[in-house]
Amino acid sequence: MQSRPILVGLASPRTGGMLALAGVIALLPLFLSNKYFYDIVVLVGLNAIVCVGLNLLIGYAGQISLGHAGFFGAGAYGSAILASRFGWPPIAAMLATTLAVALLAYLVGRPILRLKGHYLAMATLGMGIIVFMVITTEDAYTGGPDGIAVVPFSIGGYVLQGERVWYWVVGALLLLAVWLAQNLIDSPAGRALRALHSSEVGAEVVGINAAKHKVMVFVISAVFASVAGSLAAHYSGFITPGKATFLHSIELVTMVVFGGMASTFGAVVGAAVLTTLPQLLAVFEDYEMMVFGAVMMGTMIFLPRGVVPSIARLFQARSKQQIGDKESGA
Amino acid sequence: MSLLRVECLSKKFGGVNAIDDLSFDIPPGAVYSIIGPNGAGKTTLLNLLTGVYVPSAGSIVFDGHDLTGRAPYEYASHGVARTFQNLQVFFNMSALENVMVGRYMHERCGLASTLMRMPRLSRTERACREEAAELLRYVGLRDYLSVGADAMPYGALKRLEIARALATRPKLMLLDEPAAGLNPTEALELDDLIGRLTGRGVTVVLVEHNMRLVMGVSDNILVLDYGRKLAEGPALSVRNDPKVIEAYLGSDIARDGSYGKDIADVVSVAVEMHR
Repeated sequence: MQSRPILVGLASPRTGGMLALAGVIALLPLFLSNKYFYDIVVLVGLNAIVCVGLNLLIGYAGQISLGHAGFFGAGAYGSAILASRFGWPPIAAMLATTLAVALLAYLVGRPILRLKGHYLAMATLGMGIIVFMVITTEDAYTGGPDGIAVVPFSIGGYVLQGERVWYWVVGALLLLAVWLAQNLIDSPAGRALRALHSSEVGAEVVGINAAKHKVMVFVISAVFASVAGSLAAHYSGFITPGKATFLHSIELVTMVVFGGMASTFGAVVGAAVLTTLPQLLAVFEDYEMMVFGAVMMGTMIFLPRGVVPSIARLFQARSKQQIGDKESGA
Repeated sequence: MSLLRVECLSKKFGGVNAIDDLSFDIPPGAVYSIIGPNGAGKTTLLNLLTGVYVPSAGSIVFDGHDLTGRAPYEYASHGVARTFQNLQVFFNMSALENVMVGRYMHERCGLASTLMRMPRLSRTERACREEAAELLRYVGLRDYLSVGADAMPYGALKRLEIARALATRPKLMLLDEPAAGLNPTEALELDDLIGRLTGRGVTVVLVEHNMRLVMGVSDNILVLDYGRKLAEGPALSVRNDPKVIEAYLGSDIARDGSYGKDIADVVSVAVEMHR
């Protein structure tokens, strides 16, 4: 176990998953025949970045948030206002916004992460609603319900434009997000998060400051959402308060649960399926949302741990059974 | 010089004094047992001694540091470890990972180097894994290294908590009813394990109903009743103390004398009567 061969190492969920994701990102353009498909995949990537961060909070640390669209919206509007109204370079606007959102998450997280379960859900919901209200009412800066136009993203003199360019940028950032998340999970701090998910008092008595870790992961997940929000604003060139609504928060949580809690790749799969499914179901026209709901219910009944962990478990059980068959046959 | 000094400790829940003006000293290197009838406040005391509860009054000084009112993780960082009567195992992890969590205080590193996965972290992770595996073998769980905690039997989980507590490299280890729910063979193995803990230089506080175990391993025994100290002293002096027998059986039966004068017999009778 200590000196396992390299091939086995590559097949470990950690490295194997990263390679598989990189492969999908590299090969996917072969199947994307027009701009419309690229557009959907970029949206998938941005949602996936948020979900990878949110999964650290919900799936690993076991803390619910119904307000992450607030962080997404804060990131989007922070970038939009600084870059478009004040003429900041987009990269500087994004960095400043990310820092501000991290600070906001820290200040909000410290008091509300003492709460548990439904109470934490209520508090995060309230936070999200406050961000939404600020965005819709401060129309001198945000444009109110009408939204605000956003300048294209540029680094130095190079302007990021077109779905294909954004595809590679978002793809690379998604890989980075997954890598960072995997590194965190596979570390003493990551084990501390999973430990306090299972038993807070058990974690505390081995020296883990549970409150500090909860705030830390809350801030990290807010930063992921904020960066994705900034990118989404620059990518689409226009942002409305719709992306900061309670409904969007619920969509994000749904993606995490659907893909599989405590599975980074599950979060990516959840984001991919739930972002593309409404497009695929467009053939059902009036019944689109009904079919969508039925798919969700069916998934949670038949794959209760979420798509990726349930399927992984199925494979594990099967390979164990095969080993058992061989042993009993021999 | 005592390792743990408790002075005038009290804990009130509403109007009830769960622990009432309790003072005692635990010398280093010994096995110190806390016994008493159900509801005497044993588990409350353990929760106070590990920061899980904040005392209403009094002080707790550990190894020269006043830890009164501190959080559990601060107790842990000074070298206090514990197990739980109602298990607090991390059921979402393997046995090995549970013990690796116990190494947290000695492994943690900055957020930046965690996120970037610096090479130093990979090395300490490997060392942590090996040490955790070693501890699992030490407590007799070599067969469970990669097994999920949710698939382990009860007796093994009790040992897993001991391994996790040991991984923090404690000076003081508090065991809350380690023999409860174990079969007689498993309980016998505990004697040996507790002996080996003190051999490692770990001071042990034992809360336990199994009097055979308590009388066999304890250097000193504290008897609690209604949150107060009823008796304290070496095992021999406590086991024949009439006050102790009375606390377990009630005064009428104790005076009758037919259940014996030895606390080890009495408690087994008392436990039977509770069922």
